[in-house]
Amino acid sequence: MSAETSTNAESAVTVSRPPHPLTEFWYHFKQNKGALGGLVVIALIALIAIFAGVIAPHHPDIQYRDAILTPPVWQEGGSWSYILGTDDIGRDMMSRLMYGARLSMMIGLIVVTLSLAVGLGLGLVAGFFGGMADVLIMRAMDILLALPSLLLAVVVAAILGPGLVNAMLAVSVVVIPHYARLTRAAVLAEVNKDYVVASRVAGAGPLRLMLIVVLPNCVAPLIVQATLGFSTAILDAAALGFLGLGAQPPTPEWGTMLASSLQFLQRAPWVVTWPGIAILVTVLAFNLLGDGLRDALDPKLKR
Amino acid sequence: MLRFILTRVSLVIPTFLGITFLTFILIRLVPGDPIEVRVGERGIAPERLAALRHELGLDQSLWQQFLDYVGNVLSGDFGLSLVTHNSVLSEFITLFPATLELALCAMLFATLVGLPAGILAAVKRGSLFDHGVMGASLTGYSMPIFWWGLLLILFFSVALGWTPVSGRLDLVYYVEPVTGFMLIDTLMAGDYEAFRSALSHLILPTIVLGTVPLAVVARMTRSAMLEVLGEDYIRTARAKGLDSGRVIGMHALRNALIPVVTVIGLQVGTLLGGAILTETIFSWPGVGKWLIESINRRDYPALQGGVLLIATSVILVNLLVDVLYGVLNPRIRHAR
Repeated sequence: MSAETSTNAESAVTVSRPPHPLTEFWYHFKQNKGALGGLVVIALIALIAIFAGVIAPHHPDIQYRDAILTPPVWQEGGSWSYILGTDDIGRDMMSRLMYGARLSMMIGLIVVTLSLAVGLGLGLVAGFFGGMADVLIMRAMDILLALPSLLLAVVVAAILGPGLVNAMLAVSVVVIPHYARLTRAAVLAEVNKDYVVASRVAGAGPLRLMLIVVLPNCVAPLIVQATLGFSTAILDAAALGFLGLGAQPPTPEWGTMLASSLQFLQRAPWVVTWPGIAILVTVLAFNLLGDGLRDALDPKLKR
Repeated sequence: MLRFILTRVSLVIPTFLGITFLTFILIRLVPGDPIEVRVGERGIAPERLAALRHELGLDQSLWQQFLDYVGNVLSGDFGLSLVTHNSVLSEFITLFPATLELALCAMLFATLVGLPAGILAAVKRGSLFDHGVMGASLTGYSMPIFWWGLLLILFFSVALGWTPVSGRLDLVYYVEPVTGFMLIDTLMAGDYEAFRSALSHLILPTIVLGTVPLAVVARMTRSAMLEVLGEDYIRTARAKGLDSGRVIGMHALRNALIPVVTVIGLQVGTLLGGAILTETIFSWPGVGKWLIESINRRDYPALQGGVLLIATSVILVNLLVDVLYGVLNPRIRHAR
């Protein structure tokens, strides 16, 4: 706390202008070591995902029949050509995990984009127009919220049929209400402020008011929610994969990998351990980042 | 008071109707109509098809079908399972206590561990213990619980042999189901061996299902306590010379509990969703496992009825929490 006061005093003396919002944000963000760690891990996973084709030692689907269930290299019988071991039909675990990172990042990106776009639109309309539109949209969101999210995702996936694309759709539907509610609340908080009234008086149309005047002032909570949305998306898609309703084998999706090697749990624990650790680390990184962003973006919590 | 309760109840009705509509529509979206699904590839004569369609009301308008469906649901008719031909409601009622027992134990576990952990973390803010609790709860919150369950089985059941791998009770015991809660039924039967067996079956699933709520409760308790501990009346209480145990336990905790109770209520949905995964891993004979099996057997009436019943129980629990909340906190009761 004292550090902050002193910097403020300094900046008052040396610089007359307030710091750029991004500079200020970064100043607060980098105080949070956990969030920084999360950011680094996410960057690493993203790099692995992008360059999986180059850095993976093997093709994810090639079965090395003479190396079935090879343990990781540090265990007895392990080999340097399969650093994290192989699965029950001789595929290299490390290569599959790397390609799985590609899938998980893609799932997160698509689910967040899709649900954010729909939720944002619904929230803007509800917040702006009020009345009947508001009641209808928010009641529908309440209905979606009344169902346990995993249950809803399971049902949607079961009805659309198992598969990665359908699983992504299912998970997107489930999280739409969160974005819609956040956007609506933010819009309601902004819509009667003077600058909005001024633009309205100046003749701005509803679309301009919504997207150009108000929206930029509502993004902070949405950024936080979107970051946390990555972790929900990855976790739920993996759960669907585990239940057999998500990506189908031989897709190297982490949840699917876990489910398809369940019967080797005792003989070869590594086939189950690695995908789980991959999911946990990725989700944890996004949650850390989201927490850090919230602390840095929310002025109420700034220390 | 009565007016408050009635308002709350009336607010729930549209949600319930919406859920009913949702489950009704979702099942219509399944490719192929229910008769084709039932007949399979054997084929059916056109007259017989028309008769069956009429019998099931499929020849009526969608709107009429929906009204019929709501009527049936309100009179307790959730349809018949395509596989067992039993009433969906009676199957659900048989299996629900198992899920409820598991969910209650998980909630109890989460509260009994999460509340003290959160309070201590807030009181010792910035200490090693605080960092430990926060780190552990963020990890728990990020945990893929299906994997967590497998790890626990691998360690405690397989490697150490302390707990059984699956089910609710060893097969050597038989207990007449009275309440449906295995712990209570075994005690009522006076069979302590069976009680121990039921308890040992319950431990791992409870931990697995309770992990996420535990993380949420610990985090929420900590932040609520931190907020309350910064209030003026706490300083007054301290200045008055009260010992810190009394300040924390009596003055701070009471007010910090309000948001915590809400969060615990909101976890019911998470618990019933998580039950799907937990019950699948531990072969726990509850509604979560039953739903997944219904999906795999393409038993759509069971799926439809099951989802509606689970959603209804979530709505009812949330309503109960809402009303209780109003009873406990007059400010909320008179707010509207």
